[in-house]
Amino acid sequence: MAGIPHDHYEPKSGGEKWLHKRLPIVGLMYDTLMIPTPKNLNWMWIWGIVLTFTLVLQIITGVVLVMHYTPHVDLAFASVEHIMRNVNGGAMLRYVHMNGASLFFVAVYAHIFRSLYYGSYKAPREITWIIGMLIYLLMMGTAFMGYVLPWGQMSFWGATVITGLFGAIPFVGDALQTWLLGGPAVDNATLNRFFSLHYLMPFLILGLVIVHIWAFHTTGNNNPTGVEVRRTSKAEAEKDTVPFWPYFVIKDLFALAIILAVFFAIVGFMPNYLGHPDNYIEANPLATPAHIVPEWYFLPFYAILRAFDGDVWVVIAANWITGGIIDAKFFGVIAMFGAIAVMALAPWLDTSSVRSGRYRPMFKWWFWVFVVNFVVLTWVGAMPAEGIYPYIALIGSTYWFAYFLVILPLLGVIEKPLPQPATIEEDFQANKAASGGTTTVADPTPAE
Amino acid sequence: MIRKLTLSALTALALSATGAFAAGASGEVTDYDFSFEGPFGTFDQNQLQRGLKVYTEVCAACHGLKYVPIRTLSDESGPGMPEDQVRAYAEQMFEVYDEELEDFRPARPVDNFPANEAAGAPDLSLMAKARAGFHGPYGLGINQFFKGMGGAEYIASLLAGYTGEEKEEAGSILYENTAFPGGWISMAPPLYGDDVEFDDGHEATIESQSKDVAAFLMWTAEPKMMARKQAGFVGVLFLTVLSVLLYLTNKRIWKPIKYRKDA
Repeated sequence: MAGIPHDHYEPKSGGEKWLHKRLPIVGLMYDTLMIPTPKNLNWMWIWGIVLTFTLVLQIITGVVLVMHYTPHVDLAFASVEHIMRNVNGGAMLRYVHMNGASLFFVAVYAHIFRSLYYGSYKAPREITWIIGMLIYLLMMGTAFMGYVLPWGQMSFWGATVITGLFGAIPFVGDALQTWLLGGPAVDNATLNRFFSLHYLMPFLILGLVIVHIWAFHTTGNNNPTGVEVRRTSKAEAEKDTVPFWPYFVIKDLFALAIILAVFFAIVGFMPNYLGHPDNYIEANPLATPAHIVPEWYFLPFYAILRAFDGDVWVVIAANWITGGIIDAKFFGVIAMFGAIAVMALAPWLDTSSVRSGRYRPMFKWWFWVFVVNFVVLTWVGAMPAEGIYPYIALIGSTYWFAYFLVILPLLGVIEKPLPQPATIEEDFQANKAASGGTTTVADPTPAE
Repeated sequence: MIRKLTLSALTALALSATGAFAAGASGEVTDYDFSFEGPFGTFDQNQLQRGLKVYTEVCAACHGLKYVPIRTLSDESGPGMPEDQVRAYAEQMFEVYDEELEDFRPARPVDNFPANEAAGAPDLSLMAKARAGFHGPYGLGINQFFKGMGGAEYIASLLAGYTGEEKEEAGSILYENTAFPGGWISMAPPLYGDDVEFDDGHEATIESQSKDVAAFLMWTAEPKMMARKQAGFVGVLFLTVLSVLLYLTNKRIWKPIKYRKDA
């Protein structure tokens, strides 16, 4: 790969040379696996592997589940019960797939927050960031459609509420909603197209993941210091980096094993904890559940959607300025999609030249408030939209937008960053000393 | 402006107070002890068989179990009844419509329990998973982490939760129930004590029958629970060992990098 100087694959045997001339696939694998990786990466850099693993896990379990599932309004719910009762290992398979979605989102949020803290989105990694945001959007679409497939009460009413958002778009909304649903309401046509798309989109995600990896293999990884790997010579680069294999592969697999142990505990001992009891009631268009709540990973955005009701002054102002075209419902939809849009624009909104939050004394505080705010929005999204909750949601939503649109641009101007280490190697040595690495001469024997 | 803010703050307070009150009216669920709770909990075969009897002789009059195959009554991780007993039970108790015969015939073990939509009663196959007994604190559902979802507890509390009060509303009679959200339920009290007679002479009070049938319905909702817990245990154990090995490997391969002389 371009960028960091390192050894490339050299075909040795006759067979290897023959293949390499025609298809340099071994070289591609070698370069991908042996890519120089900053040696100071901390434990927040493990989530990429967790995400890749989860994607593969979801695709494999999903493909098998499809062999037993029937996408029809009269049969879908029963076919899921058939999987749970009659298919060998079906109950485990379905619980793994169901909770796999939650694992996916835990990992993606950790991954995104790591990027936000260490400035991984900044130049030259904007494309990696944008591809990542696209993957995240596709993930949300896939998860939403997947939740509809069991055809329980929350499936049906969640689908009704969320597709209703498109109906809020002025002029074309109703037509668009009908087109998306394949009819005037959520019905068999909706279930069929959601099933089709739920099967398709993971493969689009897989394609984008490859582009995502390609992009950051071109620029090289960011690291906790935000300082770039030295690239003037191979010798210097080698002081800052180690090859991905085996150093980070083993480290990531270790982290993955721990995370999967927790995951398996949830699947084995409390598989329905993250779900909603109402989804064990077959969909009934005539009975609306008391509270329609999306899955936990949508809650922050659900809170933002509901925060902007007709009493909020910006909504009233927008309504007045546009002559009623933007009403409270449409404003909420704009806010919800806008929340992700401003996050995607972070590389251009953040004006600081310092990447890592470690050397940004003011940014640090705003960042942690942002994290707490995210948790608060998740909580408030699960609460009924009454009493004090809409106010909390409104404050939280405001902070979300302020963080990207006001705080990030301003901090770059007013903040005085701390001194950064000159090289990654310097940081690595300092860290080692701090973590009790005093036994420098203890065992210099290289591993076999 | 200030006045408007104060007003809205007051309204917010008042509304949140009513919200808290409404949450309080969601019904009292007793945290009964069941044998299947916890990571190593298992179904009690005798209790499931007693629960089946209560279901057959009381609940089945109005409620179906349409997702549950009758043959699973002989599952070792379920009621564990002998196969000939299950066959006799199916033939004697239920008739199903056979599309090939275009007529009703006695049920066989391969059939599911029949659906029963008489009197608009909901199907009970998944009831224990379709209700959560515990929601707190503050509606966060965190106590489910410690107590479980509480579906079986909810069913048992509901069956034992009638106060004896009734009222007429819009032409139908409602019965007061301490476990039901809202406090008034349209189902008449199904159990009065000694509704069934157990072969082993087990007591048949309202509460013990409620618990037995709740346990049975937990099994109908989650028949693979024991296999699932076992797989979970093996999985956690295996992954723990694997992570220890990977930890040691990781430490070993990084050692020369961390303590390199030239560094």
